[in-house]
Amino acid sequence: MTEPVVSVGVDLLAQAVADQAAPVTRVDWRPPMPGTEDDLATVALDPVRPEADARALERMLGVQALLVDVLPAHEAVGLERGEFMHAGPPISWDRASGPLRGALMGGAVLEGLVDTPEEAEALFEGGLHVRLEPCHHRRAVGPMAGVVSPGMWMFVLEDPATGARTHCTLNEGLGKVLRYGAYSPAVIERLRWMGDVLGPLLQRAVRSADPVDVTAILGQMLQMGDEAHNRNRAGTLMLLRDLGPALVASGADARDVAEALGFVGGNDHFFLNLAMPACKLALDAARGIDGSTMVVAMSRNGTDFGIQVAGTGDEWFTGPAQVADGLYLGDFGPDDANPDIGDSAITETAGLGGFAMATAPAIVRFVGGSVPDALATTRRMREITLGENPRWSVPVLEFAGVPTGIDVSKVCRTGILPQINTGMAGKVAGVGQVGAGLVTPPEEIFPKALARLAELTRGRAAARTPA
Amino acid sequence: MSTDHVELRTGAYADSVTLLQVSRRVQQLPGVVTAQVAMATPLNVEVLERMGFAVPPEATVNHLVVAVRLEDSGALDGVVTEVDRALTDSRRQGSGPAEEEPPHTTASALRRGPASVVLVSVPGASAAVEAMDALEAGCDVMVFSDNVPIEQEVALKRFASARDLLMMGADCGTAVVGGVGLGFANVVAPGPVGIVAASGTGCQQLLALLDHAGVGVATAYGVGGRDLSADVGGLATRTALTRLDRDPGVELAVLVSKPPASAVARELTAYAEALGTPVIPALLGPGRPDLTARAEEVLRALAREVPEWPVRGRHTRAGTGIRLHGLFVGGTMKQEAEALVTAAGVPSDLVDLIDFGDDEYTTGRAHPMIDPTLRLEHLAEVAADDETGVVLLDVVLGHGAEDDPAASLAPAITGLRPSVVVTVVGTRYDPQGLDRQVATLVDAGAEVHLSNAGATRRALEILGAGVTEG
Repeated sequence: MTEPVVSVGVDLLAQAVADQAAPVTRVDWRPPMPGTEDDLATVALDPVRPEADARALERMLGVQALLVDVLPAHEAVGLERGEFMHAGPPISWDRASGPLRGALMGGAVLEGLVDTPEEAEALFEGGLHVRLEPCHHRRAVGPMAGVVSPGMWMFVLEDPATGARTHCTLNEGLGKVLRYGAYSPAVIERLRWMGDVLGPLLQRAVRSADPVDVTAILGQMLQMGDEAHNRNRAGTLMLLRDLGPALVASGADARDVAEALGFVGGNDHFFLNLAMPACKLALDAARGIDGSTMVVAMSRNGTDFGIQVAGTGDEWFTGPAQVADGLYLGDFGPDDANPDIGDSAITETAGLGGFAMATAPAIVRFVGGSVPDALATTRRMREITLGENPRWSVPVLEFAGVPTGIDVSKVCRTGILPQINTGMAGKVAGVGQVGAGLVTPPEEIFPKALARLAELTRGRAAARTPA
Repeated sequence: MSTDHVELRTGAYADSVTLLQVSRRVQQLPGVVTAQVAMATPLNVEVLERMGFAVPPEATVNHLVVAVRLEDSGALDGVVTEVDRALTDSRRQGSGPAEEEPPHTTASALRRGPASVVLVSVPGASAAVEAMDALEAGCDVMVFSDNVPIEQEVALKRFASARDLLMMGADCGTAVVGGVGLGFANVVAPGPVGIVAASGTGCQQLLALLDHAGVGVATAYGVGGRDLSADVGGLATRTALTRLDRDPGVELAVLVSKPPASAVARELTAYAEALGTPVIPALLGPGRPDLTARAEEVLRALAREVPEWPVRGRHTRAGTGIRLHGLFVGGTMKQEAEALVTAAGVPSDLVDLIDFGDDEYTTGRAHPMIDPTLRLEHLAEVAADDETGVVLLDVVLGHGAEDDPAASLAPAITGLRPSVVVTVVGTRYDPQGLDRQVATLVDAGAEVHLSNAGATRRALEILGAGVTEG
């Protein structure tokens, strides 16, 4: 035999093959997460699963995300006065963490619902005139707190093949910003400028230029050291390259244009808010495929970490959000950090961020790691994914595509959790960013999702077998 | 009283991540209350000012700020030296690219490159998942694991069957594929015979007998003990027979199994008759020809001479006990002996046959072909019993089995009062050395056979003498 025997299990049997001078590949098998054996077997043997997973991956990889418009949220996603979107799975004010509360308070001030953030607290506690809803429920994503109010401007991304759309707000920059829970007058003032000047300017530029191919830029930025979650420097500059001429030619006040160009160019994370909806657009195409074990969303609201899966509809599987392990700004420390927050883990769900760590070695140093760690992380994520994305490749790994399509079953089998690169918000409302680092989802949400997949599989089997 | 030291450096750019690490390292130095080393971006200046440091107004984004708050100013020089060292160190971390980790799943292994076959021996509850990885990747699989639920076996075999793939097992102990033995397998020369076996040790006995007769084996597929049950319906057997039929080197196929469920038998007979390659069904059980007789049938079908099956160390004296104890490591060896004992009409209370490979004896320990301890303990007990007339044993050679089974068995049988009859199932190519194993056991006083049926008949013969004399 020229091709090896793959041996999984007892090493003695692998050794017996090796003793015959035949090549053998040993699988480093470990018992799966406790109590998952039956569900894993049920899902593995589900006759519709292989094709369902293949279709989920294929649909996801087929999506092209074009930036086609910039609109206020009330136009883009129909958000009404008093309605707010937020990151993560559904949550009520009483369970909301500091940064989410801070961002909602700032949002209420921005919308003129109240005059001060303090009044906003009473507004949300009363709950009568406000409504909270996850971004994901309205074809949107938001980084960190992810708060969107009707007046905030949003990028509109569209897949030309299907007309499907997703949305995300414009990125405010780093430090004291609303998405990290800050709501000081400077924060509100910046948001007003973004709504009054930046949003309309970008709208004119986007409408007059050729649509920006966000999927293609993502492919290029991965080759330039960005992993599109915590590092978006190259992507941001490429966006400026694509929109710069149209911005200048828009006929708008030159000082406004200069300010807009300076704002975008000075914010290395500006492109994150395009990477995220591009990832969501791709993953949304894989939703609602019976039998597929592929994760289509990973998302956190600062209290809960939730995932959604292609084969389980809109159900969220949640567990407690973890605190990231990383480096802190100034004299902030672990006690100041809020648990994981934001829809930005949509990038990892699509194979970017932590999954593309190998292409952005700088990011691994957030936890004191090394370049080999970065390579190992991307390779390790292959153990829990269904395939690779040929459009998003990593030069240092011989241009291998990023690991794509997190498989609930493989996570339960290997115990390897998705690696997420993330920013850290202060846990007290109003503080803002305190650091950045690496985090994983709580382990228990994967067996929960698996159990539901297995239940649905058994239901289909029962329906096939006449009583 | 603490003192602050703030200095601006030009031409000393480092990225923010590096500087956060440097800051952390400096913060941990003795005598340091707090510290921040950062490029003087507006955000960082704001952070520094919130920490209480006074940042010089000329600071720009191109300045590196070193801000340290010390318990007392005497420590300054040492701390600044450490800052320099930390900044220097930060530029030369890391080494070459990391070794790739081994795959954690069968799917991952097969994504890295194709395989000839996948051998699964994880605990039964997890076996189907790994086997499915193989089948999905278009690869044949042998499931050595036992305790795989039957419905999982059926589902795997249906999936495999629809794709012309072979799912061997579950509980498949032996296969020879592409010249490589998988599981417990004897080393055989290539030859005209193809085997499909629902029994691992049954297959091994056939391999050993054919080898002695000078007939090689092209391929031996295992299908698992339940393949010919009504539940599974012979799905793997069909695929395996088809494979053998397609192999121009296979002149004759042999199907080794317990008698199948009747519906399965009918379907399978019709299926086998439609093949171009003749199939000899070697169905085992009470009242049916034993494996040795089947081997002879194969040899005759190939127009080969049927040899004398070797016997070494023939006993010359009769035993004194009345009871036969058969201690087996091969399930089929035990069943074959049982059928012969029943046919000979020996009262059942005079016979005790145990298969140490049965689940009852393997829970929490290795198979007796690997770990002889339990059988040796049992052997000592029955040997000490005055009623014991004959002890019948099997020793299975080949890859996967003990390195030197005769060496562990010989001391246990040396000088025993009861007669000891041993079947050594092995070929001349087996790594343990067939001749050496036989010689060791003969030296220890055993009568050694290659044929399990021959050994069993001989044990009954000796026992009969014992009964007469007792």
